[in-house]
Amino acid sequence: MEDDVMIEVKNLEKTYYNEDVETPALRGVSFNIKKGEFVAIMGPSGSGKSTLLHVLGFLDRHTKGIYKLDGKSMDDYTKDEIARLRNEKMGFIFQQFNLLPRTTVLDNVMLPLLYSNVSKFDRKKIVLEAIESVGLSHRIYHESSQLSGGEKQRVAIARALVNNPEIIFADEPTGNLDSKSGQAIMEIIEDLNEKKGHTIILITHETYTAEYSQRIIRFLDGVIESDEKVNRRHRAHDGFRK
Amino acid sequence: MTIQDSFKTALNGLKTNKSRSALTILGIVIGITAIILMMSIGQGAENLILDEIGGLGAETVVVRPGREPSGPSDFGETLFADSLKERDVEALSRKSNVPHLVRIMPALIVPGAVSYEGETYRPTILGASVDFFSDTFDAYVEKGVAYNDADIKQNASVAVIGSKVAEELFGFSDAVGENINIKGRKFRVVGVFQERGQVAFFNIDDLVLVPYTTAQLYLLGIDYYHEIITKVDDPANVARTVRDIELTLREVHNITNPDDDDFFVVTQEGIVKQVQTIIGALTIFLSSVVAIALVVGGIGVMNIMLVSVTERTREIGLRKAIGATDKDIISQFLFEAVTLTALGGIIGIILGATFSMIASIVLTRVYDLNWAFTFPVSAAALGLGVSALVGLVFGIYPARQAAKKSPIEALRYE
Ligand SMILES: Nc1ncnc2c1ncn2[C@@H]1O[C@H](COP(=O)(O)OP(=O)(O)OP(=O)(O)O)[C@@H](O)[C@H]1O
Ligand SMILES: [Mg+2]
Repeated sequence: MEDDVMIEVKNLEKTYYNEDVETPALRGVSFNIKKGEFVAIMGPSGSGKSTLLHVLGFLDRHTKGIYKLDGKSMDDYTKDEIARLRNEKMGFIFQQFNLLPRTTVLDNVMLPLLYSNVSKFDRKKIVLEAIESVGLSHRIYHESSQLSGGEKQRVAIARALVNNPEIIFADEPTGNLDSKSGQAIMEIIEDLNEKKGHTIILITHETYTAEYSQRIIRFLDGVIESDEKVNRRHRAHDGFRK
Repeated sequence: MTIQDSFKTALNGLKTNKSRSALTILGIVIGITAIILMMSIGQGAENLILDEIGGLGAETVVVRPGREPSGPSDFGETLFADSLKERDVEALSRKSNVPHLVRIMPALIVPGAVSYEGETYRPTILGASVDFFSDTFDAYVEKGVAYNDADIKQNASVAVIGSKVAEELFGFSDAVGENINIKGRKFRVVGVFQERGQVAFFNIDDLVLVPYTTAQLYLLGIDYYHEIITKVDDPANVARTVRDIELTLREVHNITNPDDDDFFVVTQEGIVKQVQTIIGALTIFLSSVVAIALVVGGIGVMNIMLVSVTERTREIGLRKAIGATDKDIISQFLFEAVTLTALGGIIGIILGATFSMIASIVLTRVYDLNWAFTFPVSAAALGLGVSALVGLVFGIYPARQAAKKSPIEALRYE
């Protein structure tokens, strides 16, 4: 095995059990992702993309197969280690934003820092930077319910970035954005990948957005349909189209 | 997460749900208010009672007939018991029997009214000796004179009256030398006490004293006493004197087994202890009522916390997803519960203190009692501790329920 493999997935299966109904969402998935890679995941609705991302982000457990992060099986991580990983190593951008209601933009973005050991005095500066990077400096003290869909999305992104995580899991981060804001977000993500060497795993429906990545994994009905390199990548400065 | 952050997070959580938070702590507020009110008023009542008993004087020892009452129903028995007679007074007066006794007075309570020229008044009428009252209770005759031992020996129909009695019957005219009527018998007023107010069990101003011999013979028609009040030379000798009195009376009454005693001895210390026992028992009883109230309040807190945990399932899921440990979640919700109940405790302490202060003002102004407001510091500390504890105990279950949730399931909760 190569040294720089970060995520190793073998015959991964995930079945949801709800009372009598069994829903197989992932039915035997295998791939590796290297440190610093930028991978896009595509596929029709219901094909298991979000499910995979949740398992990779330690938010859910798979039912069969192997998932290793940094060479260590998911089952071998303790609860506290997992909490630390979620806090420091991973940044999650949810499809449904998941902002705290009745809470300001500032406090929403600050949240991950409360659970990390960033000193109190640095917190606000870091948060303001993260908010600025998504272009929301004029909305710092708005409550999340007062924001538009696109603005909420950007708060969710700022929150995922604020702890400077090594891996970013992004579940359709540009899905609700116009092309201009979408480009801004993709620039940020690209920057994180290019300049800081962060690993990015991004779900998208848009082929154009997917082509920012180095590699596209396509899902169909819980299995991988194709896993290909992107030959002609888009760059943020090329402009953003839908 | 630091304690400070947990605390701030908890406060924010409470602030975003203000009205629910207020309703949640209502039970705690009421419970703690009740504790403070109860403790403060209990303390005030104890002080008041002890203050009055204090007037009895540490050297005063009272002998009463009958069995020592162990409950309210026994008190009637002592009133009708006839075991204390002249021979007992004689035996107790002998220095060889009770060496430290300096004064001795038989006393009788005469139910009834006094009248003068159509004016009728109901004071406390006692068959007693004026000297003893002067000596033991500092109640001196201001106008006229006290009747003396000779009057007592001769069953004289004379009386010394309190200042209030004089005012009620005679208004501004002089009472001394006038004849008053008690139970159809004429008594000449020989003296009036100076204003003195409440001393021990007696309001001196509202007293009519007649010789105890006269009371026995003409007013009650009995040959026994209702009690024998004595004075010991020094408070240090009280315990010894109580023993001497008991031994002497047992001998006079031919009693060998103390369980058969047909009299009992009361001292200030004994009454103080009794009062403290009664108030203590009352406090324990009321405390248990309040404790139940607090448990109910606590269950209320737990209930609302559980609702809150369910309502905020998505918040919990998110916090875990971005790195909160189980411990972080538990401490957040525990902090919320404890902050809530401690706040309820503080409000309860303020309310309880305010109410008992109002009560003390009403009692002094309206009822003319010598009631001092005391802020029960120990009760306040206890109240605060208890309320925080309630939060801790009843918050732990909801907090653990919250921490148990898997992040993605919690996030998907609707
Ligand atoms: N909690 C759940 N219980 C039962 N079935 C579930 C649950 N979550 C997802 N599924 C099912 O698993 C399958 C995969 O869902 P998933 O959310 O991964 O799809 P997706 O590829 O992300 O779709 P979309 O593009 O619409 O977000 C779907 O058929 C969905 O109905
Ligand atoms: Mg999805």
